[in-house]
Amino acid sequence: MQSKALKPEEYFIKDEPYYQTVGDEIAIFEAAYRQSLPILLKGPTGCGKTRFMEHMAWRLKRPLITVSCHDDLTASDLVGRFLISGGETVWVDGPLARSVRHGAICYLDEIVEARKDTTVVIHPLADDRRVLPMEKVGEILEATPEFCLAISYNPGYQSVMKDLKQSTRQRFVALEFDYPDAALEAEIIIKETGIDTATANLLVKFAHMTRDLKGSGLDEGASTRLLVHAAKLIHEGISPVVACKTAISQAITDDADMMVAMHELSSSLF
Amino acid sequence: MPRPTLTFEEIIERLDVYFDAEFTFIKSEDAAELIIKQPRSIQDFILNLCKRISATNEELAFQFTMNSIRALEAMDQHMVEAWAMTATDNYDRKGLTPAMIVIRDLDNYVHTAHVNACGAVLDEEISILLPFVQGLSGRKLKIAEAEDNHAYTDTETIFLPAITALLEESKDNFLIYKATVAFHWAQIQFGTFRLPFDEVLDCDDPVTQLKKITALETIRLEACIKRELPGLYRDMQILKQKTTDNNEQTHSDNWQNVVDKLSAIDACVNDTLHCLELISDKQLPDSCCYQGVLKLDQVTDIMQKRIEKEKAYFRIALSELAKESLKKNKETTEDTDDNETTTFNIKTRNDKQQISNSLVELELEGELVAIPDHVKELMTSIIVDFGEIPPEHLHAAGPGEYDLKKYEDEMLNPDDVWQGTYHEEGAELYNEWNFKRQHYHKNWCVLRELEIEPKYDDFVEDTLDKHKGLLKSLRHTFEILRGEDKLLKRQVYGDDIDIDALVEAYADVKSGMEMTDRLFTKMHKEERNVAVMFMVDMSGSTKGWINDAERESLILLCEVIQILGDRFAIYGFSGVTRTRCELYKIKAFDEEYNDEIKGRISNIQPKDYTRMGVFIRHMTRIFNGVDASTKLLITISDGKPDDYDTYRGEYGVEDTRQALYEAHRDGIHPYCITIDEEARDYLPHMYGAANYSVIDDVTQLPLKVSDIYRKLTT
Ligand SMILES: Nc1ncnc2c1ncn2[C@@H]1O[C@H](COP(=O)(O)OP(=O)(O)O)[C@@H](O)[C@H]1O
Ligand SMILES: [Mg+2]
Repeated sequence: MQSKALKPEEYFIKDEPYYQTVGDEIAIFEAAYRQSLPILLKGPTGCGKTRFMEHMAWRLKRPLITVSCHDDLTASDLVGRFLISGGETVWVDGPLARSVRHGAICYLDEIVEARKDTTVVIHPLADDRRVLPMEKVGEILEATPEFCLAISYNPGYQSVMKDLKQSTRQRFVALEFDYPDAALEAEIIIKETGIDTATANLLVKFAHMTRDLKGSGLDEGASTRLLVHAAKLIHEGISPVVACKTAISQAITDDADMMVAMHELSSSLF
Repeated sequence: MPRPTLTFEEIIERLDVYFDAEFTFIKSEDAAELIIKQPRSIQDFILNLCKRISATNEELAFQFTMNSIRALEAMDQHMVEAWAMTATDNYDRKGLTPAMIVIRDLDNYVHTAHVNACGAVLDEEISILLPFVQGLSGRKLKIAEAEDNHAYTDTETIFLPAITALLEESKDNFLIYKATVAFHWAQIQFGTFRLPFDEVLDCDDPVTQLKKITALETIRLEACIKRELPGLYRDMQILKQKTTDNNEQTHSDNWQNVVDKLSAIDACVNDTLHCLELISDKQLPDSCCYQGVLKLDQVTDIMQKRIEKEKAYFRIALSELAKESLKKNKETTEDTDDNETTTFNIKTRNDKQQISNSLVELELEGELVAIPDHVKELMTSIIVDFGEIPPEHLHAAGPGEYDLKKYEDEMLNPDDVWQGTYHEEGAELYNEWNFKRQHYHKNWCVLRELEIEPKYDDFVEDTLDKHKGLLKSLRHTFEILRGEDKLLKRQVYGDDIDIDALVEAYADVKSGMEMTDRLFTKMHKEERNVAVMFMVDMSGSTKGWINDAERESLILLCEVIQILGDRFAIYGFSGVTRTRCELYKIKAFDEEYNDEIKGRISNIQPKDYTRMGVFIRHMTRIFNGVDASTKLLITISDGKPDDYDTYRGEYGVEDTRQALYEAHRDGIHPYCITIDEEARDYLPHMYGAANYSVIDDVTQLPLKVSDIYRKLTT
């Protein structure tokens, strides 16, 4: 089998990515897109933000360029840099510049993880100027109406260092995401994995137990993503208690006692 | 057919033989008095053992018999037997006195030997049981040790026996704890205490009546557990089989009817009341190992206080919510009548399964109101008590209607904070390392951050004057340490092209050599990305010259650190026992060094004891929120971890060592400076994970710190 290599800006999502609507997020996103407003997705990890972006890219028929931010991400990583090739220096666009050039949706995931001086390069793109200054090449890229900037941010970290600056956040239309309520979440798990309803319901119940422990020993409860992981293992024939342990408990804590307590909770359910 | 119990005469007859009463003059009557009250199986068990012991020594057999009932309350029969055998074994090897000690010191025996083998000990399992019960829905419950051997709940805390050793294997004994916890959670969650006990027990035979209620509620609650926690329900059935001999109890049709009724999905306490008349006390099943007892006297008071308190808090919260929504709608609604009470509505999104909090919504004037988390928690607890939010709770409190002080005093109980059931503003919990058990005590220490009042006196000026010379040379050293911008050349990536490198590269290519990819320049701002935290011992043992030395050094250090522009913070620490660890903020990272800070340094006073680990852990937590490439934690103390309780000697040293190790693991450089006239031998061990030095002169301190700086930051 051979996989095809495509440039991200040429890659259009063909099949509808499954996304379970929770509220009016699709309508708001579309409205913001039409008005060329940048969008901020707020919410805990694994609650469907990335999936939502894929779904919107499909809906709006635009390529989606995703950048996972990390603390070494520099402005050049986003905008572009000179490389030496065949004895000459050539300019190579970064993902942000490429998105602007091709009218793609640029999604900066976990924006607070990026260095602060990196975050400011998106400012001119995120207000009504909609331009990307490229100082190194002495150019200014102007965004077309198709281009869309979206960022995500998890307010749950509660660390002063990891807070999004006002000057950044006030440029965005904010969409709030959270774990869907029990019935919807079970449905997502079922659709994603093909697991039976009873097991899906118990998994959701287990997730709620861990979310209740947030603040009393856990930093974060189990996300929808982890439930999907556990359900996939169960679907493969792994016992539910083992699946909860390997896919959920191990992922959310390193504390030995907490791990045992979560094991006791899951074995009480299954 | 169970055999009839032995009569007093029959017991005396046997004991006289075992004790050889004719010659030893042991009074069989005293022992018989105890045995007569027991069921036949217990009588046989005791007499049998008594006989075996008497073969070794009659006096020992008598003492055993006198303690046997107490022993059976504390341990199961296997362990009582083992206990008796330990005593006779001691007699054989060491004589009567040591053997008697084993019998008399029953409590100690329970705690040590056999329990270690198979029993589950609450002290060790609580760190698992507590998150377990808090993961179950509903009110956040606490767990504590029961004074006697019976589990029960007062609706806020589940009390458990210190030890569970009913079964042979420790994992089964843990399971009994777990089942007990879940059963008492179910009592609270599914409304056992909503029963009108006063009315129901107002009868001729309240003891039997309570037994009947207990039996019926057990059926109902087990059905609830079966629905909510099917996995645990299976385990509970297995436990039941393992702990009762005759597991085949045949029941009448009538009884089966009752079971069906109480197991229905919508069964509630009213059904229990209804069934009360349907059953006779003859057909009650034995109580099982996780069922515990109902201690209603423990419940009433607590429940009443809580209901009153939560109603107050809830209604005040409502009035705040009302105010907010009023603010939002200000433009539309012009005239508002302050005197009229605002009433909320409850909307339940019906999900037949069970009323759970997430399905209850608050409505004000037809509009849904977002419920903040702390109010949600209140609502959960209220629903647990009433099964709903009672209508009279839904009127927002009028101004001045409640005096919250009354409730707040109660909330300051440090033991509550320790249980982690609520978070008092500013109180934080930390683990402590127990080296003997090689594990952490969870949430062991309660730490509060306090303020120091600044004292404006001449101390700062005097200090600066006194150490003029030293200060000058320090300034010089620190100025050299200050870094500058640098242009880094020959980088793989960079902001500009390194022309020199490029020219060379061309030359290389021309002469047929491989071209390097290091062709860029990068501006590297030698920003001193250093953060330093000083942790100053404020324990009573620093009184006198050590305290003076600490304060003087801090003043000098602040002066010179300013030169570097490094971020720094200063905290003092002291306290009494693990529930009162007090941290005094002298300067936080984000505070300017100004006159007020100087005043606080001047007012650093010796307080109580030195528990070290908890403070190092707190500093580590603060540091983890600070973005700096070099983090220095400098402890200044007199070197003796010491507290009122067991934090003395090895325990304290090991916990401190562990905390330092944790800090190190989080990328912090701990450095301990001990001001002491003579170095102690434990210092190298304790500070092994860190560096340390011992000094005896204040003037050495700033010098020492500048040394550390040079070492770690350049
Ligand atoms: N609303 C939803 N619809 C469909 N799938 C979802 C939804 N929410 C979560 N998921 C599932 O959870 C997984 C993780 O979601 P993801 O979008 O990666 O989370 P995030 O980007 O918020 O961290 C997805 O792969 C999907 O399986
Ligand atoms: Mg001391």
